[in-house]
Amino acid sequence: MDAPPAVRARGITKYFGEVVALDSVDLDVAPGQVHGLVGPNGAGKTTLLGLLLGLAVPDRGDLEILGTPVGRALAVPDGVAGFVDGPGLYPSMTAKQNLAALARLRGDRTTNIDDAIDQVGLTDVADDRVRGFSLGMRQRLGLAAALLTKPRLLILDEPSNGLDPAGKKHVYGVLTRLAADGTAVMLSSHRMDDVEALCSEVTILSTGRVAFSGPISKLASEDSELDYRVRTSDPAAARRIARETKGIRLRDQEPDSVELLVISSAVPALDEFVKRLVRDDIAVRELAPVVSPLEAAFVALTEQQETN
Amino acid sequence: MTATLTAPESPVVRRVPIVRGYRFELVKLLTQWRVRVLIVACWLVPALFVAVVSQQASLPVDTLFGRWMHATGWAGPLVLLGFSGSWALPLLTSLIAGDVFAAEDRLGTWRHLLVAVRSPRRIFVAKALSSLTVILVLVIGLVVSSTISGLLVVGNRQLIGLDGHLLAPGSAAGTVFLAWLCALAPTLALAAIGLLGSVALGRSPMGLLLPAVVALAMQIVQQLPVPVAFRLALPGYAFISWNGLFTRPAQLGPFLIGVIVSLVWAFVATGLAYVIFVRRDFTNPTDDGTGRLALTAGLLPLVVLLGVTTAAVAPGTGFGSGIDQGKVQRALAVEFAHLYRLQTKQLNRADVTEAQLQSAAECTKGGDQVAARGPGNDWRCVVSWHIPGVQAAGSAIYQLDINPLGRYVADGDGPKEVNGFFLVRTPSGDEPNPLWQFDGNIELLPAN
Repeated sequence: MDAPPAVRARGITKYFGEVVALDSVDLDVAPGQVHGLVGPNGAGKTTLLGLLLGLAVPDRGDLEILGTPVGRALAVPDGVAGFVDGPGLYPSMTAKQNLAALARLRGDRTTNIDDAIDQVGLTDVADDRVRGFSLGMRQRLGLAAALLTKPRLLILDEPSNGLDPAGKKHVYGVLTRLAADGTAVMLSSHRMDDVEALCSEVTILSTGRVAFSGPISKLASEDSELDYRVRTSDPAAARRIARETKGIRLRDQEPDSVELLVISSAVPALDEFVKRLVRDDIAVRELAPVVSPLEAAFVALTEQQETN
Repeated sequence: MTATLTAPESPVVRRVPIVRGYRFELVKLLTQWRVRVLIVACWLVPALFVAVVSQQASLPVDTLFGRWMHATGWAGPLVLLGFSGSWALPLLTSLIAGDVFAAEDRLGTWRHLLVAVRSPRRIFVAKALSSLTVILVLVIGLVVSSTISGLLVVGNRQLIGLDGHLLAPGSAAGTVFLAWLCALAPTLALAAIGLLGSVALGRSPMGLLLPAVVALAMQIVQQLPVPVAFRLALPGYAFISWNGLFTRPAQLGPFLIGVIVSLVWAFVATGLAYVIFVRRDFTNPTDDGTGRLALTAGLLPLVVLLGVTTAAVAPGTGFGSGIDQGKVQRALAVEFAHLYRLQTKQLNRADVTEAQLQSAAECTKGGDQVAARGPGNDWRCVVSWHIPGVQAAGSAIYQLDINPLGRYVADGDGPKEVNGFFLVRTPSGDEPNPLWQFDGNIELLPAN
């Protein structure tokens, strides 16, 4: 039997006084999907996440969470967890006490708190007071708190804020495992690399409206041009081939001796360029977009939306 | 992407029961070092205070029952009650109830708490009950600590009441605990004002300080020559009205009015805090509960309540000071007679009863220059009494300092053998003279 979508929103509109925080937002998040929510400051990301957590209800539109219509505040079904504006933790308690108090509040006596702490890599500081925790440690503990509920929809607002590489690895690992187990994860972030690494789909919000929603792969269409950084074994020959390949434009005017070249190209022309390099026995040592497709699309879409 | 999974159970919306929320709030309070320090202090400091003061040569005679701390262990908890009503209880309620909601604003944890509990109403009840529990633990600490210390250091002896009559140890114990129980009512009122401040003023430090500020303002007002109806309408009056329990008959009128007024304030202030809290929009980042609502839904109704309460008690109290010549004379004559019997016993003389003494007092105020009513330190009284078998009446002079609350200190001015010296020579050595200087209490309500 098909599981209901974790989130189904149609025409969601939310006002704060005169301010339109969300304007006719549609959103679909399937179980097991990690869905990114990006947008400039004030785009309405936190408001949307707050609606999904049940902190408020839309002024207009329909919202279904885990198959249940949500008609009033704080009435989202069980199975929704997460945080907006940072995790809620009490500094006078230790990490373990915070989670234990939360588990007892929910009446859950079976939760393995040590396991939740271990999953986010905070075992060494489990008995330390949260007062001394860094932002990254708080974020990880907030994630552990959300895990206690065994969520089917996990809402995270900027979960990678303040995370060091080790912390990021833990958080990525947890989110990936949750998604594999069927939990839908909705996260907002200003870090495009995080979104690209974690999310299969993304929604871009700009001034309360959806500028794009769908798979990240659809953001950069094959016909649109992107800037690429290319490093080869023979920079001079590579520059020559780039000039000769149709659809390739050199973005720099550096002399041939400069090892790195930057080209502008659509995907088909890029493929042709690589084929010619290989045919001429030139090794490709690096080939990467200067700006990620998501970031490029984000900038383009938000600029376009703001212009409109 | 659509995943095909086993049909999940129907999602349900479950709110957290109040008991669990209460326990959660209690844990949060008890893990704060500030609260822990307060608990330890309330359970230890009174014992130390009573033990140390009871051993000193000079006693806190400015505080009610302070002059009897050498005489009985029951004076210690009463001295502490006087101090607590003025300072300790307002500060304790400030630090607990005044911070219980504001702390979530400061920590930015409201959204987290709402998502976990899913009911602002239950959060309010849990927070109110948990802060009340901690305040009760602190108050019980003050009572138990000071009582045990007094009884161990000084002893379980009879207590001299505010009209000079003796309370046997058992009776003293009951009355002391009743007095502390009475003080719980204004403590509840201050706690409710603390909740209101915490809800209405959010992160503002004023929210934390509100009970202490209100208590201080009430103390100042109580020292002013305001009408007795207004005095009794203040929620802090029960911190004073317990004094009437230590006369015979007990002055139950002011006692009951004080308790009832305090409880009404506690109920109304808690209700206002509840209304403001449940109407708060936690999703709006600019709404921290403060602003015009605090004024219209918080302050104004309390001002109206003060007016209504004053009007309600006024028919029974009148609008005067409650202190007049007749009451002063009666109170002094009765107390003198009780204490005279005590002195007689100290001196190993033949006992006389109060009826035999037929004590009477004639009092004037300001040397007859002003009307003999109202508070002041210019009351002068001549007390006369009769001893069976002696033709001439004895007489003694007292200067009275009566404060606006009806409490007075009578200072003996002679003759030296009766009330002119602070010691009396007894067969077993010198002892404090009970007639030299004593505290008393005038009931502010009209005499029946």
